[in-house]
Amino acid sequence: MGKFLPALNVIPKLRDATAHSMTKLSEKTLEQTGIFSRFLMDVADVFLFMARFNKELFSGRFEWKEFGHQCYQVGYKTLPLISITGAIMGLVLTIQSRPVLADFGAVSMLPGMVTVSLIREMGPVITALICAGKIGSGMGAELGSMKVTEQIEAMEVSSTNPMRFLVVTRVLAATIMIPLLVLYADLLGILGSWGGANIKGSVTFTLFFSQAFSAVDFLDFLPAVVKTFFFGAVIGLVGTYKGYNAGRGTESVGIAANSAVVLASLLVIIVDMIAVQITDMIIS
Amino acid sequence: MSTFPTDINTIAWPKATDRESVIEINNLKKSFGTQQVLKDVSIKLYKGENLVILGKSGSGKSVLIKCIVRLMNPDAGTINVLGENLSTLNTDALGLLRQKLGFLFQSGALYDSMTVRENLEFPLRRIKKDLSEKEISEKVIEALENVGLADALNKMPSQLSGGMRKRISLARTIVVDPMIMLYDEPTTGLDPVTSDEISELINEVQKKYKTSSIIITHDIECARATADRIIMLKDGEVYTEGNIDDFETSTDPLIKSFFK
Ligand SMILES: Nc1ncnc2c1ncn2[C@@H]1O[C@H](COP(=O)(O)OP(=O)(O)O)[C@@H](O)[C@H]1O
Ligand SMILES: [Mg+2]
Repeated sequence: MGKFLPALNVIPKLRDATAHSMTKLSEKTLEQTGIFSRFLMDVADVFLFMARFNKELFSGRFEWKEFGHQCYQVGYKTLPLISITGAIMGLVLTIQSRPVLADFGAVSMLPGMVTVSLIREMGPVITALICAGKIGSGMGAELGSMKVTEQIEAMEVSSTNPMRFLVVTRVLAATIMIPLLVLYADLLGILGSWGGANIKGSVTFTLFFSQAFSAVDFLDFLPAVVKTFFFGAVIGLVGTYKGYNAGRGTESVGIAANSAVVLASLLVIIVDMIAVQITDMIIS
Repeated sequence: MSTFPTDINTIAWPKATDRESVIEINNLKKSFGTQQVLKDVSIKLYKGENLVILGKSGSGKSVLIKCIVRLMNPDAGTINVLGENLSTLNTDALGLLRQKLGFLFQSGALYDSMTVRENLEFPLRRIKKDLSEKEISEKVIEALENVGLADALNKMPSQLSGGMRKRISLARTIVVDPMIMLYDEPTTGLDPVTSDEISELINEVQKKYKTSSIIITHDIECARATADRIIMLKDGEVYTEGNIDDFETSTDPLIKSFFK
């Protein structure tokens, strides 16, 4: 019996250890609810910001020149980045899918399958995430530094509504240009896929494209395009919201840019999930 | 002249009824959270004068001056600018009133994404809507010449030194012919020579454009060069008021710490 006694010593240690891990766990949960509730508050604030945006959108003069400039910034300046990622996306997807399809003897389905997944999901989501990084952070940093250096206030005292001049133009530019960027990425993705298909085997351009597009129907296309407008709006709204509401002091510029990317990416994924659910309900 | 009273009421300043006031601030209060920045501030700006408001950094000078253009809303108290009660104005009326005020921001607030010319054209196109392209261009050049920087026309703000940025920013403010100028620390962060130049410009603007000005600063040299009258803020209240001689000869320790 005596030799079991030392084993009993373990029990308090075990109890301590459990207690320890329990406090850790509860701390963690607390921390997580902190993050979660902060996220919800952020989302609520973005909605409030959206209400302000809507009010400004339909009142007063529209800043066409700044809008044009922003379309150029958001659209044209992002093209190189989107070109590379779009093409590589198609290429990689093709190379990865080929062996699986070959196992089923269905290599001829390759163009169609890759095209459908590009148009439905990969193109919109990956492009939107890249735009959240480039455009969301750009807007957060730009407006954030304008806020910190009193440029937004300077606008306000020179008879300009900064909400209309800075926010409305940027959000609209993102809402219109991001869907175009997605279509462009889809197209380059399909080209990349054609390239990938030609690594092992050879397919003519026309054959590849006819196979690709015969697999896609309108119901793949429409919901995918519709959701990209929401992605664009989310990225524009979050980027401008974070910048416009940056705190005081230079460090808030970095914080604005960073949190714009985090929140915009997260919301893109969430909007995508909701969009997929709704599409599914409508189609079935 | 040896000591001077810190109680405003005993100073023999011209009464409000003697001189026309363009800004009247009464019992202004402003807090951020639990921090009371302005406790009870009453100030008048008379027509044609340069009023310097002195105070340590963080004493609420910028908050005060931003309340005057309603970039911030006070918690209590009233502000009358050119006879209009700020808090009663709607957006359009406020916009019109702001066109008569020139605000020189502490950081200059030049738009980084625009050239100097575009910076000056920005308020001009929005405030003086009936100007022709030629008139706009002439006004821009004239304002730049007035601050001695006509050759900076096509530069970007990032290519300019701190002193030049302040001057361009001053040009952007005067280009729309304001009646009242509000300067938020016009010389802070500049070397003494450049500071003197800016103070000189402030005086020139007052003469040339017949403005009334509030100059907020903690720079004594700037106060010496520009002030017709000085008000000192401490702990969110008006601490004392006088002209430059009163301050120079004061025995009050706080004032002496500024004028050493
Ligand atoms: N928007 C704001 N939010 C919170 N606190 C502020 C804000 N603006 C100013 N303050 C606080 O008010 C005080 C006075 O600021 P300020 O007027 O900028 O001082 P200064 O006299 O140097 O211009 C400071 O303590 C500052 O932290
Ligand atoms: Mg200040």
